Amino acid sequence: MRILIIGGGMGGTILANNLARRLSSEIKAGKVNLTMLSASEKHFYQPGLLYLAVGQMMPDELYREQVSLLEPGIAFHVDPVTEFHLDENQVKTQSDRTYDYDVLVIATGSRVNMEEIPGLAENAEMFYTEEGALKMLKSLREFEGGRVVVCVGVPHKCPMAPLEITFMMHDFFKERGILDKVELYYTYPIGRIHSLENVAKWATPEFDQLGIKYETFFNMKEVDGDNKILRSEEGAEVNYDLLVTIPAHKGMEVVESQGLGKDGWVPIDRLRLNMEGRDNVFAIGDTTNLPISKAGSTAHFEAEALGENIASMVKIGQPVRDYDGKVFCFIEAGKDRATYASFDYLNPPDPKPPTRAVHWFKVAYNQLYWASARGLL
Amino acid sequence: MTEKTLIDARGSFCPGPLMELIAQLKSAEVGDEFEVLSSDKGSANDIPEWVEKAGHELVESREDKGVWHITVKKKR
Repeated sequence: MRILIIGGGMGGTILANNLARRLSSEIKAGKVNLTMLSASEKHFYQPGLLYLAVGQMMPDELYREQVSLLEPGIAFHVDPVTEFHLDENQVKTQSDRTYDYDVLVIATGSRVNMEEIPGLAENAEMFYTEEGALKMLKSLREFEGGRVVVCVGVPHKCPMAPLEITFMMHDFFKERGILDKVELYYTYPIGRIHSLENVAKWATPEFDQLGIKYETFFNMKEVDGDNKILRSEEGAEVNYDLLVTIPAHKGMEVVESQGLGKDGWVPIDRLRLNMEGRDNVFAIGDTTNLPISKAGSTAHFEAEALGENIASMVKIGQPVRDYDGKVFCFIEAGKDRATYASFDYLNPPDPKPPTRAVHWFKVAYNQLYWASARGLL
Repeated sequence: MTEKTLIDARGSFCPGPLMELIAQLKSAEVGDEFEVLSSDKGSANDIPEWVEKAGHELVESREDKGVWHITVKKKR
């Protein structure tokens, strides 16, 4: 059986290592061929970008050589896919090679989509790329006071990011000694300050206590950079001195252009994770159209469920379990306090008051992640 | 072209039914309709509230066996 994984991010890497362990004897015997195609020789720890933007991590902490994370038995190629031929069970790549498969997993992730809001890319800071995070750090360090507006696009990667960057900027300006000159103004698309009701219930009094102002039902429409005004679809306007955005995301361009799913999101079954209408094509992580969080932990837990199922299909001809919608998100509540939200399809989260212990666990996880990607944690 | 798209957001705590609707409306054509399925009773209030604020049209909102079916038309 030829198993082909497209994408060397969190989901693809955890899945590949999971399968390499479960199917090690089949791989050694030549019964299973496990191949990963990626667009980069580097593995990128994307959650670290939040910390890069406030000077708490350095860029070199966010990267490892992809091959250093992969189990023996995984054939790894830096050769991004350019064409999907699902009816023929083939993909074509940038190097003009054709890869045949029996099972295909698409884990290509998502990309920032700022272009659809006029003026946003030119006028807002964002931390979803290394370049963007470093530019934002410079802006935060040079900021002398005024109104900092946080604006949020949908869908976006990391559901906690809007709250986290707001709390972290609060503490950043406090440490710089200019908090009394800064007004933090948070906007959010729906009628409360976070999509998760219990998270909103926890965060609202935290905002009130810290003096962070907020406006809900605010969906970005356009940015007037000359006059420093952000306008919403709902007809509101807000002036800013520094604009920070959590931008909307799209699936990867090749997924969209090849017609695999609207806006680049692959439509899948939420339990089995197979692409609609295809039994041998799966998608995990940000790549899917599932109405759940686009978060590293989502990719992680989906990869574990799918790894178990693909391995069991090889061994006994059938899957053994469903993905239950499990997501776990840390929530940084400043520079030294954090809480978390854990939930699945049936059980909503119930975040507890933030503590230093949870923050330090998250700091530790930023290093433990490399063991997690290897499938050891 | 007018079309009706189903958004099955049952069991979606995050980003949640309204965020799913907002995301899909963004890339839709004026006149397109969306039927949101939600197991969250809060959707019966927050979706119509946002639809009114954003200037779209609430076509229908009904409950059937614990699932809310909320149909919205993009108006602008």
